Amino acid sequence: MTTVPLQHLLIFSTLLFFIGLYGATTRRNMVGILISIEIMLNAVNVNFISFARMLDVSATVAQVFVIFTIVLAAATAAVGLAIVLVLYRNQKTIYTDEVELLKW
Amino acid sequence: MSALLSIPFFGSELILVVSFFIAMALDFAFSDKKWVAYFTLAALALAWWFGPPAGASVRLFFGSFVWDPVTHFFKGLIYGTIGLTVIASLAYEQIPGRIRGEFYMLLVALALLLTVMGASVNLLMIFLAIESVSLTSYLLVGFQKFDQRASEAALKYVLFGAVSTALMLFGMSLLFGITGSIELSIIGAHIAKLDAASQTLALIGMLFVLAGIGFKISVVPFHFWAPDVYQGAPTPITAFLTIAPKALGFAVLARVFLTAFPFFMAQWATLFSFLAILTMTIGNVLAVSQHDIKRLLAYSSIAQAGYILVGLAAPSSLGLQAILVYVIAYLFTNLGAFFAVLAIERQLRTNDIGAYNGLAKRNPFLALSLTIFLLSLAGIPPLAGFIGKIFIFASAVKEHAFALAIAIALNSAVAAYYYFKVVKAMYLTPADSAERIENPMPTRIAICITLAGTIAIGIWPTVLIRFAEQALIVFPAF
Repeated sequence: MTTVPLQHLLIFSTLLFFIGLYGATTRRNMVGILISIEIMLNAVNVNFISFARMLDVSATVAQVFVIFTIVLAAATAAVGLAIVLVLYRNQKTIYTDEVELLKW
Repeated sequence: MSALLSIPFFGSELILVVSFFIAMALDFAFSDKKWVAYFTLAALALAWWFGPPAGASVRLFFGSFVWDPVTHFFKGLIYGTIGLTVIASLAYEQIPGRIRGEFYMLLVALALLLTVMGASVNLLMIFLAIESVSLTSYLLVGFQKFDQRASEAALKYVLFGAVSTALMLFGMSLLFGITGSIELSIIGAHIAKLDAASQTLALIGMLFVLAGIGFKISVVPFHFWAPDVYQGAPTPITAFLTIAPKALGFAVLARVFLTAFPFFMAQWATLFSFLAILTMTIGNVLAVSQHDIKRLLAYSSIAQAGYILVGLAAPSSLGLQAILVYVIAYLFTNLGAFFAVLAIERQLRTNDIGAYNGLAKRNPFLALSLTIFLLSLAGIPPLAGFIGKIFIFASAVKEHAFALAIAIALNSAVAAYYYFKVVKAMYLTPADSAERIENPMPTRIAICITLAGTIAIGIWPTVLIRFAEQALIVFPAF
């Protein structure tokens, strides 16, 4: 069985990360931004797992780290969506460029 | 050290966990939430009392945390900030009574999480601590859930915060891949032995980690969230956010960069010098044109972060000592300024600087104490801010970082201008109305404590300097 080389996995995760970063900085929809952030966090998870699989490093540490990342990503999404909901109730919008009470 | 042996060093944290749940139960039992606040204060005092004594450096829970004098020092800072915030928020009526119990509860949780943040010495714990402190802060910023500005501030905070956490995690994953460890000290030992290509990769990882921590301490170019969040958040929370998470951000920054990246010290010291000059200049210049006092103090707090960063831009034991002295001086000064703002906002329902016209006639005590806090922020002797600034200045000069020293001097002049603008409004501009501004008991107590701290540090700085020296006695660097 041939395995995917580490470089390819790292290129994939870096691409995934920057796609997420691009989405987070250019999207107007707040839910879209939250999804882009999840993509960035998943790129981190891919990184950890591929290092643990391919290199001579502790697999347990990497897997524990990934589990914690997943849990805190869920918590961030919960808090983030709750805040988006509150903002929607107050300002009737979920587009970041229409939220502009606090400026200069 | 194994988990069981570590428990005795975790006494105050356990007490805080238990009191968090008791506070939750009290929230159901009492309709007058001030009892929850009193309980919170008692819990903090109890936790401090039963905490382990400051002594040698002990690694707890299989090397996840370290209990050393630095942790002890920051624990005192956290408990002090949270205690004063709880006292002042008793007078803050813009938070609906029904949810005030949860407000105090979350502050207890923050006391615990921030202590953990200061004690973490491995990447996983640093990530967990920073992220959970951030999550709790997002909630507290958006606590006035029917207020449009508060929810907008919370949203900006959560989006910026989550992106910077992702950046930090990406850096951590690279560091783990290169060095095979998440322990800061092992990473530090490993990087020196790598080949050039891997070292470049480690440098990139370091920059990503800096982005994550830089967000917490609102250093330029990661400062965009700060003015909006500080303006929109409830005033006691703004006071708290400008001190505790920021000071702990600096603690984490010092730990990470001095233990994991001593190999790149020349590189990051130069980088920090640029960031420090940029941060103080941009913070001060943008503060000049502000009309909202909370926003003005927000930009001033960005500038202050720039001053504190000088302590790491000129890495030496004097620099670290300067950071510790500065954060304590800044604690009393900035908390006091925000408490005075809180007392005025409470009655006038506005934070416009125009509303401060003639304050000296409407409440002489508030005007005088706010003046003292602003003078201390500007670094006028003999107040606390002056002691902090002189230490920072000395640490830059001692390392021959004259560009930094000149930047500090020039920026202090700019800063003095906008602080004096407020003082001028209070004393020289006539008031629109003669109605007296009330200063209720809780804010009066909080302002008196911070005022005493500001003046006492200015007059007897040796006590604080000795504390800072003792805290650094077993710190691994230098």
